[in-house]
Amino acid sequence: MASVTIQAVKKRFGATDILHGVDISIADGSFTVLVGPSGCGKSTLLRMIAGLEEITDGEIRIGDKRVNDLPPKERDIAMVFQNYALYPHMTVRDNMAFSLMLAKEDQATIDSKVGRAAEILALGALLDRYPRQLSGGQRQRVAMGRAIVRDPQVFLFDEPLSNLDAKLRVAMRSEIKELHQRLKTTSIYVTHDQIEAMTMGDKIVVMRDGRIEQTGSPLDLYDHPANQFVAGFIGSPSMNFLPGTLRRSGDALRVELSDGTQLDAPQQVGGMDGQPIIFGTRPEHLRLVSSDGARGAIPSRVVVMEPSGMDTFVACRHEGVDLAAIFRERHDFAPGSTIHLQPDMSCAHLFHAETGQRLAA
Amino acid sequence: MFDKLQNSRNALGLIFMMPAAILLVLFLTYPLGLGVWLGFTDAKVGRAGEWVGFENYVFLATDSVTQLALFNTLFYTTIASVLKFFLGLWLALLLNRNLRLKSFFRAVILLPYIVPTALSAIAFWWLFDAQFSVISWVLVKMGIIDTYIDFLGSPWNARFSVIAANVWRGVPFVAITLLAGLQTISPSYYEASAIDGATPWQQFRYVTLPLLTPIIAVVMTFSVLFTFTDFQLIYVITRGGPLNATHLMATLSFQRAISGGALGEGAAISIAMVPFLLAAIMFSYFGLQRRVWQQGGGDK
Ligand SMILES: Nc1ncnc2c1ncn2[C@@H]1O[C@H](COP(=O)(O)OP(=O)(O)OP(=O)(O)O)[C@@H](O)[C@H]1O
Ligand SMILES: [Mg+2]
Repeated sequence: MASVTIQAVKKRFGATDILHGVDISIADGSFTVLVGPSGCGKSTLLRMIAGLEEITDGEIRIGDKRVNDLPPKERDIAMVFQNYALYPHMTVRDNMAFSLMLAKEDQATIDSKVGRAAEILALGALLDRYPRQLSGGQRQRVAMGRAIVRDPQVFLFDEPLSNLDAKLRVAMRSEIKELHQRLKTTSIYVTHDQIEAMTMGDKIVVMRDGRIEQTGSPLDLYDHPANQFVAGFIGSPSMNFLPGTLRRSGDALRVELSDGTQLDAPQQVGGMDGQPIIFGTRPEHLRLVSSDGARGAIPSRVVVMEPSGMDTFVACRHEGVDLAAIFRERHDFAPGSTIHLQPDMSCAHLFHAETGQRLAA
Repeated sequence: MFDKLQNSRNALGLIFMMPAAILLVLFLTYPLGLGVWLGFTDAKVGRAGEWVGFENYVFLATDSVTQLALFNTLFYTTIASVLKFFLGLWLALLLNRNLRLKSFFRAVILLPYIVPTALSAIAFWWLFDAQFSVISWVLVKMGIIDTYIDFLGSPWNARFSVIAANVWRGVPFVAITLLAGLQTISPSYYEASAIDGATPWQQFRYVTLPLLTPIIAVVMTFSVLFTFTDFQLIYVITRGGPLNATHLMATLSFQRAISGGALGEGAAISIAMVPFLLAAIMFSYFGLQRRVWQQGGGDK
């Protein structure tokens, strides 16, 4: 096992800059998730760690070793590909044994290592099948088996679950996490699915357009998003954003929404009186209050109700801006009716209207 | 009645099959059947033959020229096919890399294939000419040899010369088909094997070759069939000479039947090729049989 250090790494394809200087330090034994919208350069970064793409600038170290110029096989990493890339002409057993055979391990060692991996992943009964004869989930497990027989320093996963159906994805999610808790091998996991990132990672790196937006633990990102992008990206259903103005009078700080609604902002944030801001609140931090006399409540028109049984999701509109709320209780509002939603201001997020950065405390 | 016909898939199938079936019977079965029939007669040009049973075949089995032609054909087919395979594979691997001017080279490689055979045969005939051969001229100028090579004058020189012409002509087909096969192999197998620790040679041995086998089987079957039945190149370059050293079954058959007028005998030579061709097809049929790994789902 080893730590991975990524320092000022850049990537250029021809004349296009894809990564603009990325720094990440990944602790030994951790499970780090790279997450971001499609095309932000996650796969590219992962492939640079694997040695499948050249590093235009900067440095990548695995353990103490600078690996910029090492070919993939000398980096002591294993990778699980999005399409699994199982060799179609080899049985499950041979797929897993391939790297060991190339490393000239003796047959007894190969058998025991493959056997152990098959046992961990419950592949014992499938060892003599060909990839074509497996289901998607089984192929996924074989791909992981191929990675773990090598007992590498680092596991790299590139969206390994994106070809599976929703239910299987949830099951494999916990299987991978359990595997990591068992093997404790440093893992780097790429996904564009923020739920996967939240549920699996010790640490999440949010990327956008070849830059890192924020790095931190899942709950850290959820509770203290550094900017509007991270706030909107992490969490499902995603955070509501309402334009407003900061009002400061003495010690009191308020947010005034475009329709004049006044919200008390108890936290101490920077920002001047009259500054335009974006006010962010998560759907679960909205409370239903009775219409009259409720202070700090946002009048909202109900658009759609989506009861899931466990909770009730309500899509509303306020001053032309979408606003979502989620309630533990069951409600039945008529579409078109107006309800009043009171945000929990202790969990409010204020962002700079132009830069989108969180207003510093 | 018409409605019913329309609804019956079988009847429709039959109707759609008819044109193809008629064409097949007319242009394939009829000549083949006629050939088989002629092979059992002593037909000559201008004289309908009489049934002579296996007489033609018995004669041919002891005829030294026919024996030589059979040997030539097998030799020609084997050497040319092996050379075409290795050269074609090598070219395909080369073209599959990220070369500059890739599409230009891919186009150039097809040139020998699109030039009419007779035309390229004439070009080779010049190249191999005893007095005007460019090859000899270059070699002499470079001081490698003293006298012009008599490419087509001695039996073994002639055999290798026509093989060279056949290889030149046949390599593009093999190379382009294998290149198409190479491009169907997903790059992720190469990436996965690079991470698994394979050297380029091991990648070729354990990834490329096994995944390419089905296409190799198809292209080599066709290549063997074309080479075995080759006629044009030989007919233009050597006409079977010298001393019948380059006579193939096809050219001999033509010579006996058309030039010599012995239709029955010529037909018998042609028919004698059929078992060899069938053997080649059977070989590739078994080689081509979908391997387990190519089949979809289900238990073994
Ligand atoms: N070989 C290449 N040549 C040129 N541009 C490339 C190449 N590979 C990737 N790119 C570009 O780099 C950018 C990042 O690609 P990358 O595959 O890393 O995205 P990603 O974050 O993994 O997205 P996704 O979630 O869709 O997989 C994209 O804009 C892509 O078009
Ligand atoms: Mg990707």
